[in-house]
Amino acid sequence: MDSRVIVITSGKGGVGKTTTTSNLSVALARGGHRVVAVDADIGLRNLDVVMGLENRVVYNFIDVLEGNCRLNQALVRDKRVDNLFLLPAAQTRTKDAVSSEQMEELCNLLRQEFEYILIDSPAGIESGFRNAAVGADEALVIATPEVPAVRDADRIIGLLESMGKAPIRLIVNRLRAQMVRDGEMLDVSDVLDILAIELIGVVPEDDSVVKSANRGEPLTFSDVSPAALAFQRIAMRLTGKEVPFPKLDEENGRGLFAGIRKLFGMKN
Amino acid sequence: MDFLKKFFSSSGSKSRAKERLQIVLIHDRADISPEMLDNLRQDMIAVITRYMDIDTSKIEMDFDRADRSVAFVANIPVIRIKRGVAAAREGERG
Ligand SMILES: Nc1ncnc2c1ncn2[C@@H]1O[C@H](COP(=O)(O)OP(=O)(O)O)[C@@H](O)[C@H]1O
Ligand SMILES: [Mg+2]
Repeated sequence: MDSRVIVITSGKGGVGKTTTTSNLSVALARGGHRVVAVDADIGLRNLDVVMGLENRVVYNFIDVLEGNCRLNQALVRDKRVDNLFLLPAAQTRTKDAVSSEQMEELCNLLRQEFEYILIDSPAGIESGFRNAAVGADEALVIATPEVPAVRDADRIIGLLESMGKAPIRLIVNRLRAQMVRDGEMLDVSDVLDILAIELIGVVPEDDSVVKSANRGEPLTFSDVSPAALAFQRIAMRLTGKEVPFPKLDEENGRGLFAGIRKLFGMKN
Repeated sequence: MDFLKKFFSSSGSKSRAKERLQIVLIHDRADISPEMLDNLRQDMIAVITRYMDIDTSKIEMDFDRADRSVAFVANIPVIRIKRGVAAAREGERG
């Protein structure tokens, strides 16, 4: 099978790696691809809860590497859509439990079964990140439009380049159109100026992200919220489709309506 | 009012964010360690003292942003230009 191993990473924690991994995995599976989402955040696993699969986790990928179970036993099948699987991280182990060689071996095992292998990376630039990235072909770097996140993204991009990953593409997450208009938040073009890598998508700040994580239902299952649409567009671009980038206000899903509301003095 | 505010205030925090990122990333990307700055300093002193006496205790070096580019700025107090440097250089070339 022609497989793509994609690491989702950021350097800084809490900028949306797990959110992105879960939503892209669901969107790709709904698009008919065979997908596995791998939680590489050993000791701090949460892809399982964000995807709503925590109750069905029995084994994890360290069990596979240590021969405690077969790969098929560790994979959690998502019943809501065909061809979507989760490979959980171990919760009670530390990052030193695996080596880079083992992670490469795991990725090669998954390549035999899946078309898209999305790896949710832990924060940081140490062994956890390196293990998540080592078996990947390409990378998605997540940054929010804030100074610390962009700085850390720059560092991660340098490391990914030195590891030979290509392409390395950027997702700007949690963009707030109103703040950008007010000149109080970096715009996408500023972030691109600074990081000088290819943009694959922009996800607006959206309350529905928190709600979907509460429910354990990734937005891309059905939701038509601005963030859901943004993730769907990114998934399509990942598969090679040309999807135009909406304007700032359209990305927020309320360009025209916001204008009309304002005109009549209505609240959002 | 918003319109007036926008008109008169120079710019929001965004432009500061961008400026600061551009500066900090120069250091990050070059990975300029204190050791490296120190080596650079020694090398500069070695070259410059061939031409002039300088006050090495008062050298200031830093990265500075000017418009859209970044400058490496060194302030090196000169005590005395050495006599005959120009002549020596001519001789070298000839
Ligand atoms: N576009 C967004 N809008 C609103 N909240 C978001 C958005 N993206 C992420 N979040 C929230 O930010 C927090 C961190 O996200 P998460 O995906 O867990 O980050 P990471 O995996 O990088 O640590 C979560 O509470 C998540 O719900
Ligand atoms: Mg995470």
